[in-house]
Amino acid sequence: MVKELELSTNEKELIISGLKEGIRLDGRGIDDFRSLKITLGPEYGRSEVKLGDTKVLAKVSCEVARPYPDRPNEGILTLNTELSPMAFAGLEPGRPSEEEVLVSRILEKAIKINRAVDVEGLCIVANELAWSIHVDVHFLDNDGNIIDAACIAAISALSHFRRPDVTVIGEDVTIHPVDQRNPVPLSIHHTPICVTFAFFENGDLWVVDPSLKEEQIRRGDMIIAINNHKEICVLSKAGGLPLEMHTIIQCSKLAASKVDWVREKIQDAIANAAEVEKR
Amino acid sequence: MKHSKPTERTKVKVVLPGDTVSLDVTTPGIILGPGLIQAGDSISCTKAGFLVRSGPTYWVENDQKRYIPETSEHVVGRISGKGGEFYRVDIGSAHQAILPFLAFENATKKNRPNLNIGDLIYARVALANKDMDPELQCYNPTNNKAEGFGKLEGGMVLKCSLRYCQRLLTQETDICKLLGQVLQFEVSIGMNGRVWLSSDTIKHISLVYNVLKQAEALNNSECKALVNNLVV
Repeated sequence: MVKELELSTNEKELIISGLKEGIRLDGRGIDDFRSLKITLGPEYGRSEVKLGDTKVLAKVSCEVARPYPDRPNEGILTLNTELSPMAFAGLEPGRPSEEEVLVSRILEKAIKINRAVDVEGLCIVANELAWSIHVDVHFLDNDGNIIDAACIAAISALSHFRRPDVTVIGEDVTIHPVDQRNPVPLSIHHTPICVTFAFFENGDLWVVDPSLKEEQIRRGDMIIAINNHKEICVLSKAGGLPLEMHTIIQCSKLAASKVDWVREKIQDAIANAAEVEKR
Repeated sequence: MKHSKPTERTKVKVVLPGDTVSLDVTTPGIILGPGLIQAGDSISCTKAGFLVRSGPTYWVENDQKRYIPETSEHVVGRISGKGGEFYRVDIGSAHQAILPFLAFENATKKNRPNLNIGDLIYARVALANKDMDPELQCYNPTNNKAEGFGKLEGGMVLKCSLRYCQRLLTQETDICKLLGQVLQFEVSIGMNGRVWLSSDTIKHISLVYNVLKQAEALNNSECKALVNNLVV
């Protein structure tokens, strides 16, 4: 952490005392997300998410490639979540920081390993041709909880994305340009959305969607990703202070309701984008 | 340091770095302030913002947050370390500042100040030079009294642009006066883009913090509306 971003004792004490009374610095409740704004478009697969002051941009692109030899009937999905000095002061270029590794692992687990996107549907000709989908996540501003914001950006971008239509007749493969045939959306099995919890003191105090200041004084955190079938896709508790079982169960229940709220916002954004497109 | 209301100040135009400004260089007594540089006969801008003029002085105003220390300015700093006979203080400048143990009222070799890493202090920049680490002092050099400098207890720190701190200090913005009519609070304004604020309860501190944070982008009538809508 860069020296000028470190918190003073005054700030740390104030935040903790506030949490003991159920007050957060920005006036939110303990289990409130910050204001969430999702903007899709104008191109297919571009999603800009503002979670409070945390801003993340996700862009989905596709190209035709050879499938992996051990998975000849599947397309390829790649997630790229490189952190840059734009949002992270004091970042050493070249060497992935601990935070960067964590972000990329959580997103990969939630979206790629859990097969949120139907990769079999991306295959064009087995062993020969398949779609390779790239999701590039850019962090524009960091005010805490980049993981949740990045997940929302990636999922909404994937839901919004359209790839060119393909016709396969025998050996002939025709990839139709987007101006000749309408591009086709990806087939999405389920949409996992992450909710991050931060814990303070001895685990009795916790918040949902921590801001940057809250992240700096947390003693532990937990990330739960739940999809639209109410299944827990990821439950990550990497280090930090130990938690009671009932806290984990309580947090999972809360996460489920938060995820519904986020999902509604994503649907609204997709509907808005479709309307704008019609005009 | 006495802060009087600035004399008539007019915005001339928007400028970008590299723009040449056509000022009459032959007129004697033109003063170039921050953001303007003279190269031969022409004057060009080094910052993006508004070109402002007050009397014979021209300068560029912008939303800069990066602080460049200047002697005699008051700043809010955070103790980040202890050296041999001094504290290292983070004031947001390129280099950490030095605050000697003896730079306090009634300080002697035996009587050390009781500050810890992480504490907030209000100090005066004693020495600022582009080739050296800035130096701070927690007393008024004219009469050796503390006069409000020293450790700041409790409260919260707001980080904002340098220009907003100037506006708060010179009361160009009415927000402090308006907010003071609604609840009691105190502020220590640092010229380094940091404002320390405190009030009686945590709820009030958080309220003052959020109001001051929002008011940076508001004019006086909008500030009045903001304060009127507050539920204390």
